[in-house]
Amino acid sequence: MRSFSYLSAPDVETALRVIADGEGVKFLGGGTNLVDLMREGIERPATVVDITRLPLTGIEELPGGGVRVGALVRNSRLAADLLIRTRYPVLAQAVLHGASAQLRNMATVGGNLLQRTRCLYFYDGAAACNKRAPGSGCDAIGGFSRGGAILGASEHCVAAHPSDMAVALAMLDAVVEVESVRGVRRIPIADFHRLPGDTPHIETALAADELITAVELPPVPVAANSRYRKVRDRASYAFALVSVAAALNVEDGVVTEARLALGGVGTKPWRATEAERALLGAPATEDAFRRAAEAELAAAVAGPQNAFKIELARRTIVATLRRLLTEGSAA
Amino acid sequence: MRLNVTVNGRAEAVDDVWEGESLLYVLRERLGLPGSKNACEQGECGSCTVYLDGVPVCACLVAAGQAEGRAVRTVEGLAEGDRLDPVQEAFVEAGAVQCGFCTPGLLVQAHDLIERNPRPSDAEIREALAGNLCRCTGYEKILDAVRLAAARKAGAA
Ligand SMILES: Cc1cc2nc3c(=O)[nH]c(=O)nc-3n(C[C@H](O)[C@H](O)[C@H](O)COP(=O)(O)OP(=O)(O)OC[C@H]3O[C@@H](n4cnc5c(N)ncnc54)[C@H](O)[C@@H]3O)c2cc1C
Ligand code: SF4
Ligand code: FES
Ligand code: FES
Repeated sequence: MRSFSYLSAPDVETALRVIADGEGVKFLGGGTNLVDLMREGIERPATVVDITRLPLTGIEELPGGGVRVGALVRNSRLAADLLIRTRYPVLAQAVLHGASAQLRNMATVGGNLLQRTRCLYFYDGAAACNKRAPGSGCDAIGGFSRGGAILGASEHCVAAHPSDMAVALAMLDAVVEVESVRGVRRIPIADFHRLPGDTPHIETALAADELITAVELPPVPVAANSRYRKVRDRASYAFALVSVAAALNVEDGVVTEARLALGGVGTKPWRATEAERALLGAPATEDAFRRAAEAELAAAVAGPQNAFKIELARRTIVATLRRLLTEGSAA
Repeated sequence: MRLNVTVNGRAEAVDDVWEGESLLYVLRERLGLPGSKNACEQGECGSCTVYLDGVPVCACLVAAGQAEGRAVRTVEGLAEGDRLDPVQEAFVEAGAVQCGFCTPGLLVQAHDLIERNPRPSDAEIREALAGNLCRCTGYEKILDAVRLAAARKAGAA
């Protein structure tokens, strides 16, 4: 690992000033992604600012029924919080489906949102990768692309977004609160992660000098009946091949409200708006669930190695909605 | 920097520490506590698991500076004097140790599981230990050991 200078930020103001004034400054949260990427030589900050002592660790109820989660709340604490588990079971479940117990104890909400892709070529310094080295090409296209995205890809990058937590946040219309010396901004989650287009190295709407301070969850009554389902190569401790975050309200056999987001298949946490449209007003039946899944996946494009994800996503969407109907949000 | 950190109940002041080095390095190379193992250095294997302020973490991914003023408990701190913790005893008795490289991390992680959840189900044990990789045992004896330790601790309580 290259050497770097290290600073522990005592307060938000100091953190913001250091990143505004310096070159190559990176914030250090739980370190579970940044330290790994630094060891691999992919991230090479000149200065690392430890933000884990900042007072951004609260989980607070907001007037109106929402919840505000500090950016430094550890993933395991978020998943264990009673408010989160009752109002947003999908979020608690998504977090618990990610990484390992030790890693969840370290990982922060802000760092989870900014974790980078697990595309093999991104990690391989000898490979062509537009995300790591803009303009160098993309070895995943035509290469080993089993994990690649089927939604939102471009000819420049097909890497899937790896976060489980962010899929639940996309379903919940969370708002990311960020701050810099220029002030505070609130970024809807749908605009936070970007499609790769021809600039796959620009992954989010966060400016280089901005700190994520909190994630705000709006009141989403239907989320009381929500769940997260993740399909992977083994039962635990693996990234998603396909995952589904879903919430459903059914009255007299008819869907009156539905929210759906997908993981493992999109270049960003994927809100399935086409499927939601198809579900609204439809009978709560397997047939209707399948049609909704197909509406979303009509746009899917796969290579030879990840074509299985289309069928797997279709089945996982149907299975998640069916479980919601029969068992509610019980994990 | 001079790193002030409590390790296994003892206040330590370690000189000439670079804040950016790993807590694992501090424990093994500067404090002479080689129990926590260094294998992947990527958070994948769990062999470096230690308690940091009472919560198990991968010491290979914690920067030394992040441990300033905090309390660390390693596998060396599980026993009370010569008396092994029930989790350690159970690992020995169940034959859950082969090469032993994964054992210290598993002991800390299993210790934490039983503290928080005295009667874990098999599914809960598997999930709690998912981040600890063992290439020797096939895990069955490890599961036996955790079940045994949980039963003993529950019996003693
Ligand atoms: C073995 C392994 C398995 C994993 N499996 C999964 C999985 O199955 N599902 C899943 O979703 N994730 C998984 N992860 C990823 C894990 O969830 C992320 O590494 C973690 O959430 C990142 O959080 P962190 O606080 O450690 O971030 P860090 O590593 O500290 O930071 C990540 C990035 O975010 C920046 N950053 C951090 N906080 C802020 C902030 N507040 N403001 C601005 N910038 C900030 C850092 O500068 C850095 O660029 C896995 C990781 C490992 C190592
Ligand atoms: S898919 Fe994206 S991350 Fe992977 S090699 Fe291509 S450009 Fe890089
Ligand atoms: S050495 Fe830390 S997790 Fe493998
Ligand atoms: S006993 Fe050898 S790695 Fe587990």
